[in-house]
Amino acid sequence: MKFLRMKPGHGEVLLAEGDPEVREDEERLVEEFRRQLDEGMWAAVPTHAPGSGRRQAVMIHEYAEIPAGSDRVIFFPRASGG
Amino acid sequence: MLLTVLALTLVAIALSLPMLSRQLTAARARRLSWASRRERRSLADPGRERRAEQRARELLRSCVNGEEWAMYRDLGFIRVLGATPGYAYLIYPHKPIVAYVRETGRLLNEYCVEFPDLSGAIAGSRLPDSDDVLAKWMALTGDERRLIRTANMHLPGRQVDPGRVRRDLWRLAQWERERSSTCS
Repeated sequence: MKFLRMKPGHGEVLLAEGDPEVREDEERLVEEFRRQLDEGMWAAVPTHAPGSGRRQAVMIHEYAEIPAGSDRVIFFPRASGG
Repeated sequence: MLLTVLALTLVAIALSLPMLSRQLTAARARRLSWASRRERRSLADPGRERRAEQRARELLRSCVNGEEWAMYRDLGFIRVLGATPGYAYLIYPHKPIVAYVRETGRLLNEYCVEFPDLSGAIAGSRLPDSDDVLAKWMALTGDERRLIRTANMHLPGRQVDPGRVRRDLWRLAQWERERSSTCS
């Protein structure tokens, strides 16, 4: 699983990568996930909408919510009223 | 004796003040010079934004479905259906999200929303266009209510020209017709 973060003026950057089944990797991913949320990021996993060809995102509020088998989580700056 | 030591210390401090001040000024000048050199380096690379946008486009393409990608590539925006039946949104890069009634094309609201990265040195700069579209797409399809609650809502026409939106809806209808006739 990869953690990607949108970065102004750069496009996405790879924050962390690891196998959630491996304990050391999972600890690293959990730590990075918390750090990104602490920095004010939102996290989402792009998925297929069940029963249709539509795609959608699932917003993730804590590491345990990441759907099993997800290959990436995208972090992006929290929305604010423009 | 103690008074003498105290007096000598004060004299030493007073004498070293100009030197300290000069060093602080020089350090400040060096910092400013580095910052300006960094800025010049970033300005001197005209391909930087283009490469960032290219990366963002690839990421967007890998997240949305084929129709949405083709819509963005051909028309410059993405339509997302709302949770309320009959409602839809147009997502433009770095412009408000426009809500409308799908059946009639009646414009409902503009939702002004930004994704400012406030962390560290990149504060103040903005996401590449396609990342902005993807952020809106993820926030809208992932948690429509939260995004709408967060956004500043205005009547149509505040930032996006309603004439342009109507033209875009017409272009979208044409595009969908052509696409369905090509596919069938």
